[in-house]
Amino acid sequence: MFGSAIIVFRETLEAALIIGIIAAATHQVPGRNRWLIGGLVTGLAGAGLVAATTGIIAEVASGTGQELLNAAILGIAVLMLAWHNIWMTSHGRELATQARDTSREISDGAQESSVLLVIIALAVLREGSETALFLYGLAAADGQGVQSTFGGGLLGLGAGALVGWLLYAGLLKMPMRWFFDTTSALVLLLAAGMGATAAKFLIQADVLPSLMSPVWDSSAFLPQESILGTLLHGLTGYDARPAGMQLVFYGVVFLSILAGMKLAQGTHATK
Amino acid sequence: MKTHLLIALTLLANTALAADTELTLVLRDHRFEPAELQVPAGKKIKLRIENKDATPEEFESHELNREKIVAGNSVISVYVGPLEPGRYPFYGEFNPKTAQGVLVAQ
Repeated sequence: MFGSAIIVFRETLEAALIIGIIAAATHQVPGRNRWLIGGLVTGLAGAGLVAATTGIIAEVASGTGQELLNAAILGIAVLMLAWHNIWMTSHGRELATQARDTSREISDGAQESSVLLVIIALAVLREGSETALFLYGLAAADGQGVQSTFGGGLLGLGAGALVGWLLYAGLLKMPMRWFFDTTSALVLLLAAGMGATAAKFLIQADVLPSLMSPVWDSSAFLPQESILGTLLHGLTGYDARPAGMQLVFYGVVFLSILAGMKLAQGTHATK
Repeated sequence: MKTHLLIALTLLANTALAADTELTLVLRDHRFEPAELQVPAGKKIKLRIENKDATPEEFESHELNREKIVAGNSVISVYVGPLEPGRYPFYGEFNPKTAQGVLVAQ
């Protein structure tokens, strides 16, 4: 039971952290809850589909379909997070401080809501499909207490969701002057971490060279599978043994989004 | 468009593939066979993983920085290395009690 709880917790945690941060960052966007739930439902449906077709996906592109799909999902998520952060830099503050009534802002808000939906859906899709496969495997194996397995799964899911909710509630408690900087920094790190994970999948598929692997090994100091390591991995993309190419992706995503945010801030200030 | 992309990616993958060492691990009753596999150090290795069980498994190794799902009764491949000489444990995340193994690079 605890075995399944821990596995489901680890899978849930990453998605929960993403949802917690994004939900906090968009809490002023009108109709946010609807889009959030829409993202969850879409993600769960997608996760079921991916889990059911794992065998087929694996065979695409000479056996690298899984890696390419993961890299594509992460790539889209990075673009959406970038869009979100740049949009928030130019509109977030006014969204929080004044009523919005011009039609341009409403259409921008609708765009932001669909971005929110996609980010949540992709996060749930990626982590959910693995959880579904794991639970299916346990349910199919005979001699296992199916009830205790699913009990453990629910426990893990609940614990993961709780951590995400704590992050969300903590962020909302923050004073307004720190709130935007904190959430944008978190989204920036999330995006950079996802970029690095995408690179890892492309190296695993032999599409990209690893450059140097590993560049460092901090697994003795802070193992990635430890609780703190898992949290840091989910939040900042911490990797105990990163390949050079992962660091390149991390840096490029980080700096590109930061540059986009600076640019948006500049144009907004002169308006 | 999609096929073009796939062909391009496949070609990219194949150019590097020519000189790779290919080795096979079999999963049966949630155990890896062989549980200890000798691999050449300093070379890229294509690891084939054949899952003979009906249930899915996730090949995972923190030391190799790799993770990949293997559906029931199917085969996947994972590229690892080039590795420094040493021991690189791996396990099946869905059945970690039994599915344990190690790559020994030398």
